Amino acid sequence: MNFRGTTPTMSAGIDLENVCCDFGTFRAVDNATVSIKPGEFFSFLGPSGCGKTTILRMVSGFIEPTEGAIRIGGKDVKGTRPNQRPTALIFQNLALFPLMPIWENIAFGLEVRGIDKATRRKKAEDLLKLVDLPGAADKMVSQLSGGQKQRVAIARALAVEPSVMLLDEPLSALDLKLRQHMRAELRAIQKRTGVTFIYITHDQGEALAMSDRVGVMSQGRIQQIAAPRDIYDNPVNGFVASFVGENNIFEGDVGPASGGIAALTGPHGAFRARVLPDAAGKALKLYVRPEHTVLTRAKAAENSVQMEVTEVAFEGAFISVHGQAAGGKRLSAEVKNDGVTPVPQVGETVFASFDAARALLLPDANVRG
Amino acid sequence: MQDLLRRYGTGLTTLFCLLVAFWILVLVILPNFSMLFESFFPYLPVAELGGPKDVFTLQNYEKILANPIQTSWFGLPITLPIHVSTFVDTVFFSALVTLMTLILAYPLAYFLAKIASPRSIPTLLLLLFIPMWVSEALRAFAWYIILTFNGPLNALLKALGIIDQGIRWQNGVFSSYDAIVIVLTYCYVLFMLFPIYTSITSLDTNQIEAAEDLGSPWWRTHLRVVIPHAKPGIASGCVMVFMLSAGSLLVPTVVGSTKANWFPQTIYAWFNDALDWNTGAAYSMIFLLVSIIFVILAMRVFRVKLSDIAK
Repeated sequence: MNFRGTTPTMSAGIDLENVCCDFGTFRAVDNATVSIKPGEFFSFLGPSGCGKTTILRMVSGFIEPTEGAIRIGGKDVKGTRPNQRPTALIFQNLALFPLMPIWENIAFGLEVRGIDKATRRKKAEDLLKLVDLPGAADKMVSQLSGGQKQRVAIARALAVEPSVMLLDEPLSALDLKLRQHMRAELRAIQKRTGVTFIYITHDQGEALAMSDRVGVMSQGRIQQIAAPRDIYDNPVNGFVASFVGENNIFEGDVGPASGGIAALTGPHGAFRARVLPDAAGKALKLYVRPEHTVLTRAKAAENSVQMEVTEVAFEGAFISVHGQAAGGKRLSAEVKNDGVTPVPQVGETVFASFDAARALLLPDANVRG
Repeated sequence: MQDLLRRYGTGLTTLFCLLVAFWILVLVILPNFSMLFESFFPYLPVAELGGPKDVFTLQNYEKILANPIQTSWFGLPITLPIHVSTFVDTVFFSALVTLMTLILAYPLAYFLAKIASPRSIPTLLLLLFIPMWVSEALRAFAWYIILTFNGPLNALLKALGIIDQGIRWQNGVFSSYDAIVIVLTYCYVLFMLFPIYTSITSLDTNQIEAAEDLGSPWWRTHLRVVIPHAKPGIASGCVMVFMLSAGSLLVPTVVGSTKANWFPQTIYAWFNDALDWNTGAAYSMIFLLVSIIFVILAMRVFRVKLSDIAK
């Protein structure tokens, strides 16, 4: 099979250098700089309107950046039309051609390149096997289910042997079960083909589960670029911490740091937490994840807040406990459902405590002032 | 029907149905049947009506095959009955008008549907509509003036240095039907534009972008994605323009040259000049039938279904 899946060396890296994109007076993407390695699965994660789709459309060539440079495989692609770029875009609504049978959909990119019909047909069938959809060649798009259409869209994009695949929230239309299945499938196809994937999503679970690295975006700016684990465990600001998971947040005045730890004194007491070296001088808040918040009957030695339990929600593997501290502050904790850890009752008064090494003092999102 | 009854009550629903039935039966079907019926009886003086000569006959239909003339068809000499020759010319040049309107309307429809900014659409549509507020007769006379030997078109072309001598447009440069083709194209281009515009508007822009992203040059995107999607609109536009052009009486009468005969003019002459309504009816029936067959054949060739056009 003449498919590049076996030779991942041809996939290309992508460099964005100080890329800005304005729509009228609105700056959709502000000074984005990122270097995506060949063969990497990179996700842009952010809420809708954060500029992630604009980045994707700039890479695919439908929008030209207002400022900055985009390089694909080291080559500046300024002024190159989408049909001249080695990228293949998978649209959010897939944009399959409903008037062509499946195999012509997949082979459209080859038809454009003047490849003869027999070869096109064969390649389409090979690709259908690759995406686990053999025998669908002569069906029409309307005869396929959502997941099957998804696979056809992937096959159609792979058919042109792109160096880079761009995916614009392609799973958002699928139901949960199928979405989880397609996540694994996409990851497997990416590994098999070795093509660079740039994936756009607002679903943090999707981004964290599939990607080699994630770029979290807000209001046109890239907030943080890191491996999924790092994004979750070491967010650089409050936006990233909140977007990729739940937090208990405390406000207060921050004291000087020593050994990477600083003290925060606020209405709920004095806490100690990790602080990043470059955070000095910024307004900081304390963020700690519910799963790192422990509930005890007795007050712990440090970082301990008294709260009244208001809700106990059973989630299966863990139990989510919500409570209210002084001044109506809402806190939550996750108690493992291991049969050993005691689960508090609604109305009970407990202490929510956390380890200083697990809590972070973070500035707000990096936005234009 | 149940829905109609529930919404408007028995009285109004009955009225609607009666009005529709009146329109279809009395204003459409009955006159056509009357024409069909009359076409099979001879044109007689009043005194002989109902007499021994007033019997079923095909002689009205046979008249179209009378009076053969020497004519040429793309330079080939051919002998055709004079009215058949007119008929063939009418169908051919109506098809040409259809093609011209399609060539003009498709790019404009695509521009309006996919390229023009949504804010400018109302203005653009208004600009397209304004000339249509003027009656067809006036527009035809306007073109008569534009195309005359000492008219503005020749003046413009001479001023631009494109021609030295004025062109007698109404006599024709390519054929004696030039003026008719130009004016019919102008009159009916919007009937082509709007069905195509509507059908392209319903095309998902992502499909056009997907084709381009897969490496497709613009012409192939149109050929494989846009045109197949717009086909029902193109088909209904073509049927409308063809039927309107072939049935036009006013435009050929105003701008046609002495050598250009349009079949509706022949029918009109039977009715109005010869006062032979029977033969006029027979010619109308032939014209209707052959036009329908022509449209059906064209639909077959381009693989368009009737249900597509109705959309």
